Amino acid sequence: MDETRPVKIKVRGLSKVFGKHPQKAIELSNQGMKRPEILEKTGQTLGLSDISFDVYEGELLVIMGLSGSGKSTLIRCLNRLIETTEGEIVIDGENIPTLKEKALLECRRRHFSMVFQNFALFPHRTVQQNAEFGLEIRGVEKAERHKIAHDSLKQVGLEGWEDAYPNQLSGGMQQRVGLARALANDATVLLMDEAFSALDPLIRKDMQQELLQLQSKMQKTTVFITHDLDEALNIGDRIVLLKDGEVVQIGTPEEILTKPADDYVRRFIEGVDRSRILTAESAMRPLRTTARESDGPRTALHRMRDHTIDSIYVVDRDRRLLGLLEVDAASRAIEEGADSIIPYLTQDFRKVPMDEPLHNLFAMFSEKSFPIAVIDKQEQLLGVVVKGAVLDELARAGEQ
Amino acid sequence: MEIPRIPLGDWIESGLTWLTSEYSLVTRGISRFTQTGIDFLNDSLMWLPEWALLGLIALLCWKLAGVRLAIGAVAGLALIWNLDLWNPMIETLTLVVFATMVAVVIALPVGIAAALSNRLYRVIMPILDFMQTMPAFVYLIPAIPFFGIGSVSAIFATVIFSMPPAIRFTTLGIRQVPVELIEAADAYGATRGQKLFKVQLPLSLPTVMAGINQTIMLALSMVVIAAMIGADGLGSEVWRAIQRLRPGDGFEAGIAVVILAMLLDRLTQSLRKTR
Repeated sequence: MDETRPVKIKVRGLSKVFGKHPQKAIELSNQGMKRPEILEKTGQTLGLSDISFDVYEGELLVIMGLSGSGKSTLIRCLNRLIETTEGEIVIDGENIPTLKEKALLECRRRHFSMVFQNFALFPHRTVQQNAEFGLEIRGVEKAERHKIAHDSLKQVGLEGWEDAYPNQLSGGMQQRVGLARALANDATVLLMDEAFSALDPLIRKDMQQELLQLQSKMQKTTVFITHDLDEALNIGDRIVLLKDGEVVQIGTPEEILTKPADDYVRRFIEGVDRSRILTAESAMRPLRTTARESDGPRTALHRMRDHTIDSIYVVDRDRRLLGLLEVDAASRAIEEGADSIIPYLTQDFRKVPMDEPLHNLFAMFSEKSFPIAVIDKQEQLLGVVVKGAVLDELARAGEQ
Repeated sequence: MEIPRIPLGDWIESGLTWLTSEYSLVTRGISRFTQTGIDFLNDSLMWLPEWALLGLIALLCWKLAGVRLAIGAVAGLALIWNLDLWNPMIETLTLVVFATMVAVVIALPVGIAAALSNRLYRVIMPILDFMQTMPAFVYLIPAIPFFGIGSVSAIFATVIFSMPPAIRFTTLGIRQVPVELIEAADAYGATRGQKLFKVQLPLSLPTVMAGINQTIMLALSMVVIAAMIGADGLGSEVWRAIQRLRPGDGFEAGIAVVILAMLLDRLTQSLRKTR
């Protein structure tokens, strides 16, 4: 984890008690008592207990837990839809739990957009008017907010639906409106509360992909709640794992899978943890194209262009792997008038045998983004593994 | 041991007497103001020739509810005209319209306040129960010392009797707005006012309209009863028929009330549906 990245939201010692005598519950909690005992002794429900984590600028942080883990409470504490009992939530120097009413409204308008599980669209407003809502609340002038909302609807692929009402749209489209409403608002943080959980699995995958694409374009700080490990692994830069109102582990998807903090996490990822019997072969994809040793730089470059890739594996006549040619190197070879690409190859990539356990592959990706080459005993190139495929494969195993 | 009878009636009476003497200026002011309003509305409606008003109402029905109600309106109103009950019908309509306006103007803010404050809700609901279950005639008695015999007393009693549904439905409508929509409004930093006018009120409008429809119906029934304290209109026709034992006349006026009731009901319901 990179500790030097700028922190957008700092959460420290956050606790939430549901009930009339929160202080009693906090005391017991500080003495190390857990949720069920506290409920029995005081009648107070400890929703969140001493939660601390950071949300870095521009990252997509997933907060994951099963129902009752406190994840919905936690996201609502961030913009204070639920009052906190103890602790700090600092965003750009402002401590949210202590803000006065007016400052709180200001803070919500400036910093938070929210997407809800059941969409929470306003049925009496058109798609366009729904997308404009946040701007309207902030008092943005009519013509301007119209344009911004229109743009964000276009961004989520709803152009032409501006005058429809929410009940005329399918679930997936409704959630796009929800997303457009959040994007139009251009707040600094996007809160997504089980945003895709109400959608059916295929549409859900699509929405996850689209979110990732939007995210790579906009780099918006996002806090995403889910109960679905598959989803968390798929989209999260980092994952905060909650259980019974406490943080169990914080880490990247790879860290959670490879270094589970305790038995709970281990059980949680048990299905997924078949990675230990999954191998590189299962996640491998055939190569779309390779270059031959006899190819000149122009041919190699041409192949890369054809397949819109920026590096290509080079093999000899027996498909033995010789090296990797990057697009820059190919250009350089052309400039220098070289006939052969062999001197321009790099060996700075990873190759693994077919039976390499899948979980070992995670660490390799963090260095360079080239696909990992999979070879057999004769050094022949069989295929490649890309990062997403590893996670997909693990997640699929988890579902079985 | 004999338990003395609690002089509840005496207390109420002395209270009312105190109110009338203490606030006679106020009640007289209200009385004059209301009477002027009623007279103006009445005179305007009567100034129009029968066929013109009939045509206007038919047009309104056609626009709002369709051609079937328009035909029904023409037939019904023509019958009333034919039975020589046109002017009493106008007087009754005036009282209903006026009483409903006053009731709604009071009921909307009260209903909204009760929806937003739990404490107020707990205070207001039993009062509404009281207002609705108290036999309607009872309101007529104190109305007379306050406002004298006639239309103003009728309006006073009618407003009290017909207001509860408008308050109740407004409260209900606002409370029925789904929590997640309130949450969405909050999450985007809406103030209370913005939440009320952009989310809660628009979403509760159909329910509020249902309440207003109920208020109109109750107002109509009360206005007829108010003939007993000298309110003009169809009610006084019925009253006269009772005193003279003329069932035919009574039914004629009664049918006119039914026609008016159906017209008002269908019209306000169509208002609700077009939303």
